[in-house]
Formats: sequence, C-alpha cells, structure tokens
Amino acid sequence: MTTVAVKPATMGQALGRALRDAMADDPTVHVLGEDVGTLGGVFRVTDGLAAEFGDTRCTDTPLAEAGILGTAVGMAMYGLRPVVEMQFDAFAYPAFEQLISHVARMRNRTRGGLALPLTVRVPYGGGIGGVEHHSDSSEAYYMATPGLHVVMPATVADAYGLLRAAIASDDPVVFLEPKRLYWSRADWNPDVPATVEPIGRAVVRRAGRSATLLTYGPSVPVCLEAAEAAQAEGWDLEVVDLRSLVPFDDETVAASVRRTGRAVVVHESGGFGGPGGEIAARVTERCFHHLEAPVLRVAGFDIPYPPPMLERHHLPGVDRILDAVARLQWEAGS
Amino acid sequence: MTVMEQRGAHQPAPPPAWQPRTDPAPLLPDAEPYRVLGTRAAGAVDKELLLRLHSELVRGRRYNTQATALTKQGRLAVYPSSTGQEASQIAAAFALREQDWLFPSYRDTLAAVVRGLDPVAALTLLRGDWHTGYDPREHRTAPLCTPLATQLPHAVGLAHAARLKGDDVVALALVGDGGTSEGDFHEALNFAAVWQAPVVFLVQNNGFAISVPLAKQTAAPSLAHKAVGYGMPGRLVDGNDAVAVLEVLSDAVRTARAGGGPTLVEAVTYRVEAHTNADDATRYRRDAEVDAWRDHDPIVLLERELTERGLLDEDRRNAVRASAETMAADLRDRMNEEPALDPMDLFTHVYAEQTTQLREQAARLRAELAAEDEAYGAGR
Repeated sequence: MTTVAVKPATMGQALGRALRDAMADDPTVHVLGEDVGTLGGVFRVTDGLAAEFGDTRCTDTPLAEAGILGTAVGMAMYGLRPVVEMQFDAFAYPAFEQLISHVARMRNRTRGGLALPLTVRVPYGGGIGGVEHHSDSSEAYYMATPGLHVVMPATVADAYGLLRAAIASDDPVVFLEPKRLYWSRADWNPDVPATVEPIGRAVVRRAGRSATLLTYGPSVPVCLEAAEAAQAEGWDLEVVDLRSLVPFDDETVAASVRRTGRAVVVHESGGFGGPGGEIAARVTERCFHHLEAPVLRVAGFDIPYPPPMLERHHLPGVDRILDAVARLQWEAGS
Repeated sequence: MTVMEQRGAHQPAPPPAWQPRTDPAPLLPDAEPYRVLGTRAAGAVDKELLLRLHSELVRGRRYNTQATALTKQGRLAVYPSSTGQEASQIAAAFALREQDWLFPSYRDTLAAVVRGLDPVAALTLLRGDWHTGYDPREHRTAPLCTPLATQLPHAVGLAHAARLKGDDVVALALVGDGGTSEGDFHEALNFAAVWQAPVVFLVQNNGFAISVPLAKQTAAPSLAHKAVGYGMPGRLVDGNDAVAVLEVLSDAVRTARAGGGPTLVEAVTYRVEAHTNADDATRYRRDAEVDAWRDHDPIVLLERELTERGLLDEDRRNAVRASAETMAADLRDRMNEEPALDPMDLFTHVYAEQTTQLREQAARLRAELAAEDEAYGAGR
C-alpha cells in the first residue's frame, strides 16, 4: 500500500490547480479577465498561470466585462476553450447581454453548428465584509436563462473536480465560486486525480433521518454546522449539496426528501424569486405524499445586499436554520 | 525661498513629461468621403471588376425588392432592406477571401448571399424559421445578429484566436450608425486595438437608426473619427461607390493580414427604404430627402462610369437583368414552399446533452402532439 502526501489546501488553491491542469492538458484552454495575469487575480486564483503559460494563454484584458465575454465567444467560435474571470459577482452584470443573448443560445440558434465551450468564473456571495457591489448572490438570474449550466462548489475537492468538469464541458458554464470559502481548507492531494463526476449530480454531505437541508455553495458549511447543533435538539438532519442548479438533480433531492419527509432550502440569495422557490416547488411536486410539513426556505432577506457591518443579520446562519427546522410540524408528524 | 522650492530640494525627480502614446495624425480620416467613381481614378479601374460589381449591384437590388415583396405575401416575417446600400454590402463580400469571416447584422443578408450563401438559408431568421439557416463554420459567416453591435466583440475574439493559432484569417464586422452608440461597439474597438487583432469594422452609416437621424446619435465629427480614440485608423468612404468601398476595405483587410491591426471604415450611404416593412418612414423624413439620394444611387453611379467607358450596351443590360430575374424567381419559388419544422426540435441543441427536465418537457409536448393528431387527424 502506498501512502500519498496529503496536505491542507485552500479552495482558492484547488481552483488555481484546476486551471493549471486544464491548461497543461489542453492547449486550447485560455484564461482571460481583469488582473488575472501578472497579479494572479484579486483572489490569486490565477496565480502563476501567466508565468507558466505566457500572457497569450492567461491574458490581462481591458477593463470591460462585455468585451471580455464577447471576445471569449469569438475565441470559442474559433475552437478555443476560454475560461473567463469576472472579478466580482456584481461586476459581471455588464456582460449580461453577451451571456443571455449569445453565450446561452449560440448552440440553439445555430442548431448545434456553434457550441460555446466556455466557462465564466464568478466569485460570488457575501460573508467577507465586502463593501457595496462585492457580495451579490446572482445565481437566480443565471439559472433562469436556458442554455447555461450553473455550478457552485462547496468543498476543496469539488472546487477542483467541478471546475475541471466545467472547462471540459461543451456547454457554457457559469461557475460560481463562494468567496468566503476561498480560504477554507481541507486535506487534499492534488496529485491524485479526483473522480470528476459529470456536472449535475447532487451529493449527500451528511446522512440523516429527521429532515433534509437542501443547499449549495457558501451555505453548505453553515448547514453542516446547523446539523451538528441540531443533534442536541434530537434532530438528525441530512444535508444535500446540490453542486449545480442547472442541471438540477431532482432524483437525489427527491430521494432524500422522501426518506426524511421534511425539507428546508437554504441559500444566501433573496427568497422572493430566488432558487428556493423553484426547489420547493419541485420537491412538492415530486414528494407531496411523503411530506410531513411544507417545504420551508431560509434565504437572504429581500433587500439590496446590506453594508458589511450588517451582513451577518442578512446571511442565513445556524440559528435561523434551526428555527426553520423547528417549524417543520414535528408535533403533527410524530 | 518658497515652500515649494524648499520641498523640491528633497523630492525625487519628477516623472517624465507626458507624451502622446500615438501620433493621432495618421489615424484621422479624410475630410471628405473617399470616392473613385466620377473621378479621374475611375478610368484606371479594371473593366472586368466594374462589370462584376454592376452585375452584383443589379442582382442585389432585385434581391432587396424580392425580399420586400415576400413580406407582403406573408412569406417573410420581416425584412430590413439594404436597398441603396448594395455597394457596401457587395464590397464587404468581395473584400474577403474564402478563409475570412463575416459578422453580419440583420440588415446584411445581401453581403452573406454575395459571399455565396444560399438566399433561402440567409433568410430563415427573417422567415420565422430557425434563427440561423446555415452552418457558420462552413460558410465563415457568423449568425445574423439582432442585438446591435454585440457581434463585434465576437469578430475581435475570433480574429484574435486565429492570429494566436497562426492562421491567416481576417474578420469583417458590419454595424450601422445607430450601433456605434452601443457599449459593445466601444469595447470591441478597444479590445481590437489593444490586441492588434486582424479585424475590420465597417459602419454603414445609412443616416437612420429606425427613425432617429445621425445628428441625435452622435456629436463626433464623423463616425470614422471615433477610431482615433482607440488608436486605430479611421477611413471615410462614399458607401454608394462600390469601387471606393472595395478599395478601402481591401486595404484594411491587407493591413490586418500583415499584422497592422484593425481599421474602422465608415461608409456613408442612405437607407432608401423604411427600417423594415413594419416601419413608416413618412413619420420622420420627407420624400424630397429620399429623392435627393436617388441621383447618388450605387447603380446610377456605376452605370454612369460604365456608359462613359462604353462598357454597358443594351445586350449587357438585358443579360444582367435576366440573371437578376432568374435569381428572384428562384427565391420566390423556394420561399413559397412551406418549411417543415418539427416541434420536437424545440428541445434539441439547448444543451449538448438533454437535461432530465427537458426530456420531461419533450415528453409532454410529444403527448400534446399525439393528442392533436388524434383529434384532428395526423398530417393536417
């Protein structure tokens, strides 16, 4: 039996390693964005790529998001596999027209003639004390646009595996990187190839019998913490990490909720018009006769993202999750 | 001794004096649109080229009138005519080689057709059939683009990618005067110049963005002047002079091929028809204005030259006209055939692999279609 060197790595490092390995394996992979070259990105995810692959493979572009994504479309049309970095969630909005009118529908409008194998990396979500326009959860906009895959890792290993899968995908992928997990650490050996599962498979992060927490991205560790705390209250919570909103893994989600009979959806994005509404509807449609209580949502408030000094009140935390779990009509079902 | 002087003694040397990064003079467009027809230079233009351009202009005009007629017969959902702009359309197609890419807007189907695209394939979007009726890679012609100027960054990216690969490919992107106000126009030109991408931007300034005249669109001296701000040359040309547009575009393509970077070309022309068949141009312009341009029509300009050089006799005219009529009749006949669309294709090509959700929705539609067939009989 051989032992492998396992060292702690951060999610940011795993993402960088995924980019590096993808670029080394496939000369058509190009990274472009603001400050991704010499600086290595404001979160240092692209650190070292320009030095290793040159500035035509990892390119500092002019500061214009529509231009970055629009030129990436042209590069993909010519057979390259661009990986675009949008510096922050709210800075990706100027690229919306390119994303919605072209990226999402090029395959469809050309009847398969022009597929766009491009990845749009977006550091997203709150919890890092970012000032205005640096903490948005924009996944609801993306998931409402057919033609895009919407993927978000919650663990160091998934950061690597899912980003590799996103870059390898022949469809455009919006890859949402939870900013506050960039510095999260896990024992991870980058030299052992991770099992790269296809995009679209949810995973049970913690098995439980009392109720299911359905979550993704930055809320996964919060839900795991809540599940640990819930044990003291006598609840054995299951935590499902969706890993992608599009494609949506109805099968894993429904199987879990049928087992537990109760579900809470947890995300940072606002509740009204947020992913939780869609998820709750899908669960209700598929698991109605197994449900002991309505599917509840714990989401960000329906407000513009608050100033950092108040964000802890906005973000779903352990107490708010436990409070929702407590409201799952235990008296009626048991 | 002043405070400043005292401080200066201990300060490091000031940064070097500011210098312009590029000499703007060579980038500036001419004061007047460049012309060949009607000037002395026209006499030196190859006669075969003049005759080819003439034949394409007449066919192009006929294509425009036929397509407009098809809207009235319900065979096209909408047609944004390029009547009056045929010289720019044809020159755009002629300036490109086989391996080059064209990035047309919705008003540029003629350029795509002159490049060799089947007119029926070029018109599927405007017919209400699937959005792109041709394989863009096979024809090196991007899909017709409706959101204004958004295809310009694509042209830049494609040209940049080709250059990185070492391929001899130039991209030509078409946009209108209104499109130059869009952010994507700015971003595309900026990226193109910074990357020195082998791309040419052709602005067909036809005077109107639907109803809004150029004066409400920009305060720039000309649209070609905008190039200077990006550090690329701007060229101003008479868009109705097919020879002049072809010369200017060919120069720009040559420069791009040679690694000289992008060029912005403004072709001054006029939109003779309304924006589309759904528009009423009498609400915003006078007939007299339109009439004033008839004397400067691309066909009129070229026929004047051909007649002066004795190259256009009645036989020639008839032959060109007959060829245009044959093309129009063929287009009419083929557009009169009902296209066969399969509703189940709604779910293909959304993703490389159909999602579970789309498979479920496809099954629902299939059941609806089966129920319709049962109720009304199959093959209605």
